[in-house]
Amino acid sequence: MKRLIASYRIRIDTRLDNPGWRGVVSSILGIILALIVGGFVLKAAGASDPIATYREIFKEGFGTPKDWHAGVIALMNHTACPKGKLCFGPLSDTLVKTSPILLTALACIVAFRMKLWNIGADGQMFYGAWAATWVAVFLLPKTTDRWVMLGSMAMAGIFAGLLYGMIPGLLKAYLNINEIITTLMLNYIAYKWIEYYVVVGPWSIGDFESTGHFPAPATWPRLTEYAKRIPIVSGLTIHPGIFLGIGAAILLAWILNRSRWGYQIRVIGNNPNAARYAGISLSRNIVLVMALSGALAGLAGMNEVAALRELNGRFQRGYGFTGIIIAWLARLNPLAAILVSFLFGGLLVGTKLIQPQGIASMLQGVILFIVVGAELLFRYRIRLEKIEPIVSDTLEVIHDS
Amino acid sequence: MTESSKAFEMRHIVKRFPGVLANDNVDFACRTGEVHALLGENGAGKSTLMNVLAGLYRPDAGEIFIGDRRVNLRSPQDAISNGIGMVHQHFMLVPKHTVAENIILGLNKPRFWLNLSQIKEQVEALGEQYGMSVNPNAKIWELSVGEQQRVEVLKMLFRGAKILILDEPTAVLTPQEVETLFGTLRNMTEIGHTIVFISHKLDEVVKIADRVTVMRRGRVTAANVLAEGITKAQLARLMVGREVLFKTEKKDAQPGEVVLSVDGLCADDDRGLPALQNISFNVRAREILGIAGVAGNGQRELAEVLTGLRRATGGVIRFNDVLLGRHTNWLKINEQLAHIPEDRAVVGSVPALGVAENLILKRFYRPPIAAGWSIDTRAMHQNAVRLVEEYQIATPTVDTPVHMLSGGNLQRVILARETSSHPKLMVAVHPTRGLDVGAMEAVHTLLVKQRDEGAAILLISEDLDELLSLSDRLTVIYEGRLIGEMPTERADIPTIGLMMAGVEVER
Repeated sequence: MKRLIASYRIRIDTRLDNPGWRGVVSSILGIILALIVGGFVLKAAGASDPIATYREIFKEGFGTPKDWHAGVIALMNHTACPKGKLCFGPLSDTLVKTSPILLTALACIVAFRMKLWNIGADGQMFYGAWAATWVAVFLLPKTTDRWVMLGSMAMAGIFAGLLYGMIPGLLKAYLNINEIITTLMLNYIAYKWIEYYVVVGPWSIGDFESTGHFPAPATWPRLTEYAKRIPIVSGLTIHPGIFLGIGAAILLAWILNRSRWGYQIRVIGNNPNAARYAGISLSRNIVLVMALSGALAGLAGMNEVAALRELNGRFQRGYGFTGIIIAWLARLNPLAAILVSFLFGGLLVGTKLIQPQGIASMLQGVILFIVVGAELLFRYRIRLEKIEPIVSDTLEVIHDS
Repeated sequence: MTESSKAFEMRHIVKRFPGVLANDNVDFACRTGEVHALLGENGAGKSTLMNVLAGLYRPDAGEIFIGDRRVNLRSPQDAISNGIGMVHQHFMLVPKHTVAENIILGLNKPRFWLNLSQIKEQVEALGEQYGMSVNPNAKIWELSVGEQQRVEVLKMLFRGAKILILDEPTAVLTPQEVETLFGTLRNMTEIGHTIVFISHKLDEVVKIADRVTVMRRGRVTAANVLAEGITKAQLARLMVGREVLFKTEKKDAQPGEVVLSVDGLCADDDRGLPALQNISFNVRAREILGIAGVAGNGQRELAEVLTGLRRATGGVIRFNDVLLGRHTNWLKINEQLAHIPEDRAVVGSVPALGVAENLILKRFYRPPIAAGWSIDTRAMHQNAVRLVEEYQIATPTVDTPVHMLSGGNLQRVILARETSSHPKLMVAVHPTRGLDVGAMEAVHTLLVKQRDEGAAILLISEDLDELLSLSDRLTVIYEGRLIGEMPTERADIPTIGLMMAGVEVER
């Protein structure tokens, strides 16, 4: 306890109760506060009107009610999107972005639930992308059935991410090597691995730093392919990958809350001593949870290459880190992560054209900072307390009558 | 009695915690130079009241007077400057520092330049004056628990405490050390110090206290009772509000087949030093083997090795003729092997999970709780509702996180989990430590019931009364070795006390 002003001081008490709604409030307040703080940064960076900038970001990321309305009318009238309206374009772009970050967020959630700080979802995702590319371009013939091809790519992505996640898991479980360091460092190996294959190495086609277009069966079918029958979907790149993310979120929610294994994960995360006491093997679960975490990130990588239709030197880094922020904002709840990922997808899409670049990262950072800081307010009750006049040996003496 | 003979007086103290009224309008006063016992069950509010007096908690209402002065104690520093010092149950010492360094810790007196040799002299003089000398150069970790307690007391005396609050000071001591402590306390009161002695051990209260104040459920139920002439039974009734059985009803043991057989067991402690050295014993079905000993002589390590929490470095453990070791799948056998751990909050429970989820900690792996790979939440809830009812666990709902339960209720959750599965072997470590008389009685009855239902019970405890009244056979552990084993009928407290201090007694 510290004295601030002469007659007041800050008092910090531990809260004994902690209802779930406080977490929701903390996440929402975190976003609002971050937008306010971000507004000042935008202003400092030269934006004349931060609110207008935010409106622009929202419009780019989600569209406006007018756009949606025009889209619904066009859909009913069987016409294309009228000129000057965005219709469902922004929503489609955002959903395309949502799937990889949802999957990396789930990868973080499962590990964080056990207090395993996997910050290597990025690298695990890169390996997933690499393995899926290998299957698509080099293993299976170009004429393979689309769903067999995509299924095989998904399996390869999952398996590669799983193995890459198991490395830090094994190191942690059996040699007690800090997983934060290993997962972080393994990211860079994964970046360089891809760089070798597509920039300088065997997979690049000429000077393009790319594998070139995948054969058609190895790409996600997009909604725009059906534009001939339904004109409104023209130009919409949305693909079934989003269902992978949602399906994985539901599965993970079931695992964590309803399964025997999830129970073990929660017990270990909350009190490893009690877990050992119950006979639950810590090392086994560390390896398994890191494997699942890596598998989810690997699936994100497959999803992303199947959407991009090629693996190239500009394969986006950082989804794994965005996943960390989403995991915290969703308070490690897989179902809440679906909504948060959608919002973050909108933020990523909406800030694409905003100058200076990096606004999205700045806002993400501020949000995480504030949400984590708000934890303090929820774990402790902080209040200003007035100090009563001091009565001690030297001061006032009240006599007992 | 004149006002001036009062050492301190607390009036109308009210202290609320979220959901609990810990002190409900409590009056409490001590005379100068007396040992005043503050007696009560767990959760009765004794420690809260004394933490208020020691400046750790601020009361929501009420006044405190030292002598005739009204004081406002906002911190332990305020309390000590008014001559009030408290020795907590858990010592607040830095193990790697010396006695002298610990004693001056937190004092702002040498402002910058530390004159340790002068302080050492003062500490030595103080120790001699009160008859509890400690080497000021010794590191805390080198000292016995009894000596560490002396350091805590000296720390308070060094700061000029006239009123000394001791929170369950005998919980960690051997009977001989308790005698020494009582002698010291007598010396101190003769010099004019006032002692508040928090306890729920009735024997000690009768022995050392001049007067007794009893608390129950946040209120004082009897104030300033003269300890002379009062009986344990009277005190217990005041404390619990009903008659208490002191001797657990128990039939003679009918030992069956050997359930646990330990041969030449060795294990290391957390620092890698040998904690168990060549221990051998058997426990049979339908019998209770008691292991007495002062804390830190290998009891914890023994319980941990037996329940799979610690690896043995040598020796053999057989449980129902199955070897226990590194290849044991504990998830498969843990239901038959119950363990009431020493540290309930740290080992025995998962704080953020609900009561229902804590109650399945050892049976989530098998039906009926497990249904294939999933957990049958309905079965889990039914299990919780049944056990909450049967073991009288006071909880708002079965989903309430257990960190919100009181110590006694948490122990009930653990007991419910560990005993309701009809285990073949039960390892109980200090099962009643920190519990009040009422809860203690319930635990004892439960252990005897388990025995009669066929369980082999290993009871590790420091409470000799408990060991003598429950065990069928008794052995003593000292520095990782078992010294002597005897049927309980042939055991007596002075002999066991000597053995606990490491003296091999010829019998």
